[in-house]
This record gives sequence, structure tokens and C-alpha cells, in this order.
Amino acid sequence: MQFVFLLEQIVNGLVLGGYYLLIALGLSLIFSVGGVVNLAHGAFYALGAYISVEITKLLGFGPAVVLSPIAVALLGILFERFLLRRFYAADPILSLLVTFGLAMIAEQLIRIIWGAAPLSVIMPAVFKGSVFIGDFLFSRYRLLLLAIVIAVLASIWLLLHKASFGRVVRAGIQKPDMVAALGIRLQPYMTAIVMLGVGMAALGGALFAPITIVHPAMGAEVLTVAFVVVVIGGLGSFWGVVISALLVGVVRGITIHFIPAAGEASMYVLMFLILLFRPRGLLGERIEKFET
Amino acid sequence: MMTKYNRRTVLKASAAFAGASTLGFPAIVSGQTDKIKIGHLTPLTGFLGALGAYAQLGLKMAEEEINKSGGVMGRQLDIVSEDSVNPATAATKAQRMLEQDGAAFLMGEINSASAVTIMQVAARNKRFYLQIGARSDALRGKNCNRYTFHVDIPSHVMVYAVGKALVRDNMMRGKKFYTLTADYIFGHDLASAARTFFKENGGEVIGDELVATDVTEFSPFLLKIRQAKPDVVCSNLAGNQVTTLIKQYAEFGLPYPIVGFNLNTADAWAAGEGNLSGTWPTVWYHTLDVPASKTFVENFTKKYGKPPENHAWIEYISLKIMAQAMSETKSTDTEKLIAYFEKEAKFDILKARPGYFRSWDHQLTQEAYPFTVRPKGQAKDKWDFLALGQAVPGANESLEVLSVPKEQNTCVM
Repeated sequence: MQFVFLLEQIVNGLVLGGYYLLIALGLSLIFSVGGVVNLAHGAFYALGAYISVEITKLLGFGPAVVLSPIAVALLGILFERFLLRRFYAADPILSLLVTFGLAMIAEQLIRIIWGAAPLSVIMPAVFKGSVFIGDFLFSRYRLLLLAIVIAVLASIWLLLHKASFGRVVRAGIQKPDMVAALGIRLQPYMTAIVMLGVGMAALGGALFAPITIVHPAMGAEVLTVAFVVVVIGGLGSFWGVVISALLVGVVRGITIHFIPAAGEASMYVLMFLILLFRPRGLLGERIEKFET
Repeated sequence: MMTKYNRRTVLKASAAFAGASTLGFPAIVSGQTDKIKIGHLTPLTGFLGALGAYAQLGLKMAEEEINKSGGVMGRQLDIVSEDSVNPATAATKAQRMLEQDGAAFLMGEINSASAVTIMQVAARNKRFYLQIGARSDALRGKNCNRYTFHVDIPSHVMVYAVGKALVRDNMMRGKKFYTLTADYIFGHDLASAARTFFKENGGEVIGDELVATDVTEFSPFLLKIRQAKPDVVCSNLAGNQVTTLIKQYAEFGLPYPIVGFNLNTADAWAAGEGNLSGTWPTVWYHTLDVPASKTFVENFTKKYGKPPENHAWIEYISLKIMAQAMSETKSTDTEKLIAYFEKEAKFDILKARPGYFRSWDHQLTQEAYPFTVRPKGQAKDKWDFLALGQAVPGANESLEVLSVPKEQNTCVM
């Protein structure tokens, strides 16, 4: 009996981890390629949720989940072209300040446009309720969420490891000068990475909107978790971020099962322990350009 | 893209930023005119931020009405209203408002923890503070002071309003309750009032979990609740956490009825129709059938394009209360105001019965209401899916029956 309950928590934690992953993976990619910690990443997550609220009103929930990330990815082009691009070679403190400022502006803009009161997306009735397998219970909507996350993850992995796009990006992470010497401009790739990153964050926002509340500060809330996931996983590592996101989700679930009040602290303790033994994170790669 | 900097520097700096961002971005709004200056604090960010936004709308409307009709004692009101952010910042800002901004007195708050620190500032400076929206019993109990008066209903009244409805519906005696409690002063107070009520009325608590106020994901708690198989699930949460819990509860579709001892209408509206169920308490609702209340709702809706939430109502009547007190005493002096309130002067609070502040714990004595969710399809609009129950105490009972008797209250002025 106790085992089934624990298993429930573990599976539930994996799903939650999958959702963290959507946000953290983009953050990690943008940092690995551009060397910029995008503190405005949460803002794109929030925008994804807000835009999905609007599209749901017009076209329904399904189109909202597809169109909202696309809309945000397009915004990502402007963000990369006119803002981020100026800071790849600059002191990292500058890009931190700029993206932090952008996050604040975005939050206040959301407050001005949509108001401070939380909004809600009603999920289609088919997804409400739970699936039972014997005594094992699982939320139907979260199963859908899990399936989408796995599909997105698989596509990203294929893109990065099996397509020529990925070869350039990975080479760009390690040896940008060599890539340039071969006559390949990294900038269009960087634009694509930012689009992909903020698009995934927006997808997270759109998918989570029906089960949480859509409010102006939601971006700032999720950014902290995403950052912890990236640090635990190790920069530049695809699988590091995947494992770390799942680990954070599961550890939180198990902690709440045994000591509920410590649930939110668990991920920070985890980060502390992992950095103590592996300062570079679980699978962090050595990236030469970040070493002095 | 070739850069020379240290990974450690990047990580350290970004960790600091990420940490700072969790504190929330403060929003600042202030009034313009001069004359009688009033310092007002309310949370505009964080889990109570949406309520604070409504609070400002109600306050602003009252300020405009009063100033348009000539102000108080011929002087215009000038309210400086800011985001209280957190208890420490709230205290700093309150001190600044009194010392530098020249505020005559302080008003506001929704967060009980911030209210405590503002109350301390008021006491230290010997200045009047009208504590409007924070509901923790402790503020009128062991943390009380003679400079502070409280407008919103305290925790035990909310427990009573819903508890009585549960007793009536046979959902109390012999039933097993599983409670989720917000892990700060307000939640702790609410849970303790709830435990007292359960004990006196034969309900049994089989599980009580403390939930940090930044939790936005309740699924692990929901799984625990299902394992415990209670008869009723009971929320002692606050702010937008109640909304999130309600939505995720509906998502998992657990079979146990859910009730709660605290819910603000803005948070109920945010849950959306079809997600909310159960019985909840409220201090006021825009469908209340009282002429003065209806006029207020009409004017507010005309002005802002949406009906007022209970925090808009309470800020509106609070400023009217202060205007009446200043006009009657012809003063903004703290001692004169305290004396006026302690006389238990009557105030029109847009309810069937006027309210008055009890002299010994400074609590506004007033009616409260339970509310339930209308059956599907009966709501007139997206703000109308709640049905207001009968006022408690009933029309023939004294307003005092809801209160903790004087001998049990730990307040010493």
C-alpha cells in the first residue's frame, strides 16, 4: 500500500519535472550558446500563458496550446535581434541587468494590459478527472502533459544530435571561433535557439494555465525553479538538464509525502548537496570559452 | 561571440538576481492632492497582490467621492498608497510615511504578517492605524495594541460562518476532515480556530498539512489526501493559493467535498465556473441585497467596468469611516480618533446593520456570510456564480455572538 502511494508521488514528480524541463531547457540552451543568462525567460513563460488565455477565448484550448508558443517564438526573434545580440560579447553583468530589467517591464506590462487579478483557462471537460490503474491514481490532464513533453524533448534531441543544425550549434558552444573560421555565421543559429527556448517556455505556460492561475508574477516564480534545475543539471548538457528536472520534481514529491512543510526547500537542499560534490552540476560540460 | 569571463561570476551574479526576483517587483502608486495626508499600504505583488489591486480601486473611489464633495473639514484628502511587499518592507515604508511624508495616520494591509509589523510602527510612533484587510485572530488578540483598529472579520468569525453551515448540512459531527493550512500567522490562526470549532462540534481532523505560501503546485498534497480518504477536505489557505488548490482539486476530480474557511471573491472568480464547489465564508459580496450596497456596486462597475470585490468594498467603507471620525472629532489627532472609535460610534458599512468598533479589542463588529456555488447555468455573468447565504448572526441575534468572549481573548491594550 505504502509502496503504491510512493510510486504515485514519484510518477507525479516526473510529470512535474517534465514541466520544469520545458522552461529550464531553453534557459540552458541560450546560456550555452550565447553565454547569456536570460532572466527574462520567465516573462516569456508568463506571456505564453496570457496569450493562450486570449486564444482559448477565440478558438478553444487546442489551438491555444499550438499558437501561443509560436507567437512567443516570433517575439523571441525581436528579443534576440534587437536586445540579446548586443550582449553576447559584453560583460555578463550587463546582460543580467538587461534581461532582469526586461522581466520587470514585462511583468508591469502584463499588469497594465490584463490587470493584477488572476485569469483562468478552463480545460476541456474530457481532460478533467483521474485515470485509475488498480489503486494507482493519475490525473488525466497530466498524462497528456507528459506525452507532449516527451514529444517535444525527443524532437529537440533529434534536432540537436541528428540534424546539421545541431552539429553547428554544438560546435558553436565549444569552439565558436572554429565555426566562424569555417565560414558559418552563428547568428541565425542563435536566433533559432532563442526562438526554440522561449517557445518552449511559452508552451509550458500554455500547458500549465488550466491547472494553475495565470497572474503577472508567474514568470518570476518559475524562473527560480528553472534556474535551480539548470544549475543542478550542469550547463551545456542536454541530459543533465533532463535528469535534474526530473530529480527536482521527484524529490519535491517525496519530500511532501514525508515532510510536507519542507517541500519547497527540498530543491535548494538538493542543489546544495549536488554542488558540494559536483561543482559543475550533474553532467556539466567543460566549456572552454567560459573559463578565464 | 568569443568572450572572456568566468563561469563562477556568471553563476553568482545570476543566482543573486534570481533570488532577488523571488521577492517580487514592487509596484508603486500614489495620490496627488495635498492637505490631509494618509499613508496606505497593501500587497500589490505576491500571492495577495490581486486582492491589493482591488483594495486600491475601492480606496481611490472613496477618496474621489470625498474630495469631490469638499473633503473633510474643508481639507482635501491625499493618500499615498504603496505596495507593502513583505513584513519588513511594510514596516520601513510605514515609518517613512509617518516621518517623512507627513501622513496623519496609517491605513491598509491584507497580509496578517505585514499588519503585525505596521501595528508595531503605529504603537512606537503613537499614531493611529486602521488595519483594514488582515484577518488573523492574533492581531486582535495577543498582538493587539491601542493604536490599531481592525475592519475585516477575524479568522474565528470566518470559521464560525462556514462551520455553522456545515453543522446544518450534517457535514460536521463524526466527519473526518483533512486540512491544508497556509504556513504563516494567518493560516496558523485560522487552523487553530478551526480545530476549536471541530472539537466543539464533533468533527475529527485526520490530517493537517502546512503549505508554504509560494506553493503553486498541489498535486503531491492531493495524492496524500486521497490516501487518507477523509470525508471532507478543508482549506485554510489564503490569496491565490486557494484558487490554485481549487483548480487542481477539480483537475484530479477527488470525490471528497471541499470547503474552506477563507476565500476572497477575486480568488473565487479566478478559479472559473465549474471548478469551485463547497461552502466558503465572505465578509461582503456584490449581490448583497442592501440599497446602499447596490448603489456602491453600480457606481463602482460604471467606473471600472467590473464589479467590486470584497477588498474594494472594505477599503471604500474604511475611508468613509475615517472621514466620519475626522469630521466628528474635527481632528486628525490620534488620541481624539481613538476616543471616538472607543465610544463604539456607529458606521454605515453598506450592510443591513451598521457596524461599530468594540472598545476592548478594537474589532469592527459586523455581519458575515457563508456562500456556496450556484448550480451550473444559473449564473447571470462570470462574476455571479456564487450564491450568498443568510447573514450570520441572524437578524434577531446580537452581533456579538460571533466573537470570542472577552475572558477568552488575550488582548491587553
